[in-house]
Amino acid sequence: MLQVEDVSKRFGGVVANADISIKVNPGEIVGLIGPNGSGKTTLFNSIVGFHPIDSGSIRFQGHEISRLRVPQIARLGMLRTFQQTRVYGRVSCMQNMRISTPQRDERLRNMFARFPPEIDDRAEELLEFVGLFSKRHLLAGELSFGQQKLLEFAMALMNGPKMLLLDEPTAGINPTLINGLIDRLRRANAEMGITLLVIEHNMRVIMNLAQRMYCLAHGELLAEGPPERIQKDERVVAAYLGAH
Amino acid sequence: MTAHGRNLVPMLAIGAAALVLPFLLPDYRIQLAFLWVMILFALTWDIMGGQMGYNSFGNILYFGIGMYVCAVIQRDAGFDYFPGLFIGLGAAAIFSVVIAAVLGAGLLGLRGHYFAIGTLGLGIAAGEIASGWDYIGAGSGMVTPVFPGEIGGRQTFFYFASFVLAVVTFLVLKRIYAGRFGLAINAIRDDEDKAEAMGLHTTRYKTVAWCVSAFFLGIAGGLVGNLIGFIDPRDVAFAGATYGVFMVLMAILGGKGTLWGPVIGATVFHVMQEVFWTYLLGWQRVALGLLIVVIVVFFPQGILGWVREHFPERFGIRVETATDDADAR
Repeated sequence: MLQVEDVSKRFGGVVANADISIKVNPGEIVGLIGPNGSGKTTLFNSIVGFHPIDSGSIRFQGHEISRLRVPQIARLGMLRTFQQTRVYGRVSCMQNMRISTPQRDERLRNMFARFPPEIDDRAEELLEFVGLFSKRHLLAGELSFGQQKLLEFAMALMNGPKMLLLDEPTAGINPTLINGLIDRLRRANAEMGITLLVIEHNMRVIMNLAQRMYCLAHGELLAEGPPERIQKDERVVAAYLGAH
Repeated sequence: MTAHGRNLVPMLAIGAAALVLPFLLPDYRIQLAFLWVMILFALTWDIMGGQMGYNSFGNILYFGIGMYVCAVIQRDAGFDYFPGLFIGLGAAAIFSVVIAAVLGAGLLGLRGHYFAIGTLGLGIAAGEIASGWDYIGAGSGMVTPVFPGEIGGRQTFFYFASFVLAVVTFLVLKRIYAGRFGLAINAIRDDEDKAEAMGLHTTRYKTVAWCVSAFFLGIAGGLVGNLIGFIDPRDVAFAGATYGVFMVLMAILGGKGTLWGPVIGATVFHVMQEVFWTYLLGWQRVALGLLIVVIVVFFPQGILGWVREHFPERFGIRVETATDDADAR
């Protein structure tokens, strides 16, 4: 589904990503871990077209996407969520959901069209799914950080993506809520068929969730494999404990 | 956002007042016509400035273009008065939209303050060009054709034309704000990066938003040229220092990003402005300047913005008492 081959990205003299290759198969849940500053978010940004890459190739469902811009890649069905939440703060949650419907056919007539009632039904269903149903008429900016993360997740689902890139979905979320979130991510994967690539610092979460993992350190790919193997990998442990 | 019934009452009241006022106060028909034009100014400015978060100081450009395009067609195309006027207004609208689309492609890549600064020069540049171009009368301006009917008929006709145009503008905006367009430009205002990450055609929406402003401003320009009868390039057509600033202030005073805010703001502003002219002659500009300072300092959110903050339930912002989401804290 997603193939990243030998991608490099430099910022001035800093090598943020050096010849990174990862592969995500359809229907998988893949984890991406690594200490702070190891280049995880840079890799995400490269994949979704937020900045151009220096070398390498990124393919999504067989299409080369490394030269496309963010909205074009989003319209192909690959969405990302942000580490710091991003919602449309001065409109209500329902309105956030409505405008998150796919934007693949935006001719002038559609731009001025009303929202069909099915969209509201779907929006309510998904807000119920993430547990924000009763807050649906509140302004999104008034929600707590954790709730905004959930709203952002629901907005991404509203868009009906084929693949979701989640940047630390559990950061800043109340520990009692995290289990619910893991469950919802799994259901999105199993029931809606959405492939997931997840950056996560919470080891308990990612070991539970991911079927396969990649570990980055200092901009390089350090290890890959199933969670059990990554957990025992000496290089990974050393990277986290600072032996590098 | 607001229920139908609650909108209907003020709308009917305004409609009734609009029909009666020109006959009750026949001497004030031009000022009353300008009230509708002011409301239109504030409404069209708010599309970009309020709903989309792009402060434009160049919207006066489309007003001036519309005014000149309409007047030139009336003068040179050889139609009778009314066909000439209607064709002129249509051409004014189309021409303004085309200019907006072309300028939008260049300017709407700028964000935030850069866009505001980029638009600042538009009205000034256009005023300079118009006052140096002999074909449209250069600095001595243009005179629009004489209205055919009885004396005073011109004021009544253009009063009602301005009224109808303002109402149509309001209803069109109400309709498109309720759909995809309205939410898309709100999304651009709240977080443009997020809107792009969700696949929104942001550039297309921004350009269309400016074209909608330009469409109504162009027609308004055509009407006002005929209402006044004389087009001065700097003081009427491209009057950035007066109308160009007023449209921003009226929208802010009433409440940016709301549908009724610009209507309320324009009404309050226009009435105060007329009062200053009448009772503070000689000091009217000073009073107006102070009013502007007071607006920005004490009403940064505007009248409706203040009401919304204090009575959010009136705007449909509420929590439901259901407990089905007890786990979402």
